[in-house]
Amino acid sequence: MTSPGAEVPLRRSLPRIPDRFAAFGAVLIVLIVLAALMAPWLAPYPDEPHPLEGSLPPSGAHWFGTDQLGRDVLTRVLYGGRTSLSIAVSVLAVSALGGVTLGVVAGYAGGWIRDVIMRVTDVFLAFPALLLSLALAVVLPPSVNTVILAIAVTWWPWYTRLAASVAASIATRPYVDAARCLGVPAPLIVLRHVLPNSLTPVLVQISLDAGGVILTAAALSYLGLGAQEPTAEWGLMVQQGQTLFTTNWWIGTFPGLAILVTAFAFNMLGEGLRNALDPRARTVK
Amino acid sequence: MIEVRDLRVRYAGRLAADVPELDVGAGECVAIVGESGSGKSTTLLSLLGLTQDAEISGHVRVCGVDVLAASPRGLREIRGARAALVMQSPQSALSPATRLGVLMRRALKLHGVGRGADRGGSLDEIMAESVAAVMLDRTILRRYPHEISGGQAQRFAIALAIALGAEVILADEPTSALDVTVQAEVVGVLRRLREQRGLALLLVSHDLALISTIADRVLVMKDGEVVESGPAARVLTEPAHPYTRELLEALP
Amino acid sequence: MLRYLARRLGQALLVVAGVVVLTFAVMRLVPGDPAVAFAGPKATPEELAAARERFGLDDPLPAQLVAYVRDLFTGDWGVSLRTRQPVREDLYLAFPASIELVGAALLIAVMVGIPVGVLAARYKTKFPDFGVRFGSMLAVSVPVFWLALALQLIFAGKLDWFPVAGEYDSSLDTTSPLTLWTNITVVDALITGNWPIFTSTLHHLALPALVVAAYPTGVIAQMTRATLIEESGQDHARLERALGFGETSILTKFALRPALSPVLSLIALVFAYSLVNGFLVEAIFNWPGLGRYAAESIRSRDTPAIAGVTLLVALVYVLANLVVDVLQGFLDPRARTR
Repeated sequence: MTSPGAEVPLRRSLPRIPDRFAAFGAVLIVLIVLAALMAPWLAPYPDEPHPLEGSLPPSGAHWFGTDQLGRDVLTRVLYGGRTSLSIAVSVLAVSALGGVTLGVVAGYAGGWIRDVIMRVTDVFLAFPALLLSLALAVVLPPSVNTVILAIAVTWWPWYTRLAASVAASIATRPYVDAARCLGVPAPLIVLRHVLPNSLTPVLVQISLDAGGVILTAAALSYLGLGAQEPTAEWGLMVQQGQTLFTTNWWIGTFPGLAILVTAFAFNMLGEGLRNALDPRARTVK
Repeated sequence: MIEVRDLRVRYAGRLAADVPELDVGAGECVAIVGESGSGKSTTLLSLLGLTQDAEISGHVRVCGVDVLAASPRGLREIRGARAALVMQSPQSALSPATRLGVLMRRALKLHGVGRGADRGGSLDEIMAESVAAVMLDRTILRRYPHEISGGQAQRFAIALAIALGAEVILADEPTSALDVTVQAEVVGVLRRLREQRGLALLLVSHDLALISTIADRVLVMKDGEVVESGPAARVLTEPAHPYTRELLEALP
Repeated sequence: MLRYLARRLGQALLVVAGVVVLTFAVMRLVPGDPAVAFAGPKATPEELAAARERFGLDDPLPAQLVAYVRDLFTGDWGVSLRTRQPVREDLYLAFPASIELVGAALLIAVMVGIPVGVLAARYKTKFPDFGVRFGSMLAVSVPVFWLALALQLIFAGKLDWFPVAGEYDSSLDTTSPLTLWTNITVVDALITGNWPIFTSTLHHLALPALVVAAYPTGVIAQMTRATLIEESGQDHARLERALGFGETSILTKFALRPALSPVLSLIALVFAYSLVNGFLVEAIFNWPGLGRYAAESIRSRDTPAIAGVTLLVALVYVLANLVVDVLQGFLDPRARTR
């Protein structure tokens, strides 16, 4: 017999870590990454420069149809995955490395160094990220590298703030104090104690951010500030399909769906991981 | 008022509390003693069906209602109105953004107190009386939980029980978060209620000094099981179980 | 409370100063010569020199920054290369329409996001919760420009339920002209009782507002759900249960108010975010706001205009955060003593 009063599920809830959402997101991501990596083999028409018939609707031969220049949309969506994923990887690597380094320095050093770094961080965080990326991308020549730079410049402060708080809490732990008293040099302490402890929260943050980076990159390319013809990039493809959207909906729809599914997969994984690893954000029993 | 037979509470298959027999009559005070994790709080919460994710078996009657068989709705009707809970940490037990008076008024309305002529007096009078009965100023009703002291919060929780006309008070470590002088106030209030209004009191505590001043009977729990029970005077002076002796020796 | 206000205001000013410097820095990053951009590629050396003189481009950078700040304060936000109008006037004309759009979107977001979050928290780990988590995740993952195109195609193009683009039916300007008070069409139409324009604006507003609302609705639902679940696991929820309150009334009567505090700060955040999302949406619906202005400026690489938009949105963002922090003191009594 069970207690009727507890109107909360009486069935033992499933174990939280691997959260079903996170697992689903992870599986999707693996599929997307595989599809992008194997694009040359998966794509039905990988040898790009011989246009087929233009603006064909989806059919057995062209699942996603062809665009106005006669290119197979499915092929371009697969190749576009390579662009989007490599942008996301570059942005996250650059901003996480830079941000964590600054944050660890700030948190561990304290004093005025910390104050200066954190004030600058605050100013960057006071901008909506997309806005600053836009402003930067406008003044730089349009390219994939511009997109990477423009987003990375707005993304590092989050990692700085995160790493600084972890580092500050670790710097006051007794064993770090002890190490310092024993004369262990500061860089070694940072390497041995501070960095390993920052790793988990940073990884969670990266998985949470990946979706946002992909959306931002797509938005910049959509505005013509990123990848240029003939590069396959999802945001750019939506923009190219825009004028024909009412008649040839497939040209813009499938790349848009690809952005949605990819961002969705990363957001699922990120949220699931955060629920599993961050006790504060975890849904309380 | 409280009648428990063969109560067993399990969390994920692990036995958290096993109470073969526990009775509290009107005007009586029974205490459950034990260290933390002994299953005493679990026992108390299961009497109101407040344990979460637990499997409960046995037979529990509170104010004549079979708790384990009652519908969620039936349970909600006895909660508060007939059997009230007083919790350990007084302030965190009160919703931070709700004025105390608002909380009390909502609870009274929920149980239909003050409607018609059932207990005489308007809502405002009932509220004022109940607060006065625990020696609080009525201005406390306009305050937020973070603006009052722990002792005031605990007395307010008791005032809630009075206003709702509860017949049983279940108190979970009601004094352990308070300092000594405030503890005495709260105990005084509880004792007077019992004497003047014939309330049944079930008290969970590890504070033997408190128990010796107020309880009629005592249950000693260890690792989820009742190791000793009997009249307070006997258990506290001639403990039969070595664990009870240990607890007593730990007293200053 | 006063001291808290003063400190908070000081922080905001510091951030504003940083924002101005950052905008200035970005503008000076322009690889091309701004004088050439203004005077045109076929300008004579004399015209170029005049342009350099006018913008003080020969001065050292700190002097240029000082001049830039002075100009901002005196209301000179530069001249748009595209419209040849002062940027400040362009912004003044475009801003109300953006407020209208984002305001409507946030209204939708709050009215849908909060109840849906409550629903998810009430039926935690059950089907409604699963649905809300899934749906809100989709809403925050969808690229807005694509959603705009898709909704436009389906609801305006195929089904013809809503107009394709514009703020209201412009033929109404002659039949029932609008008196301007706030420059926000929907508000002006409402207070002057101009029903034709009012209904026409609402009709035109529906699709773009829905698109812009997607992201805020998703985050508000997620945040409401998470904070409510956390609140309902607190000690006070147990006391409320012990007083006989049902789960639904615990959530709506007790947990919701403290839970609204983080939701409120979130609204300030998504307010600016939605303004920027407007950059991607307004052009598609031909909505005469900041977003369309920004998108057009971006397309023509109109740096003074982009700097103006950036600065304005950043200021709005700082201001919104400030307002929310003050409001929070009223919503959550604990914040006042903090």
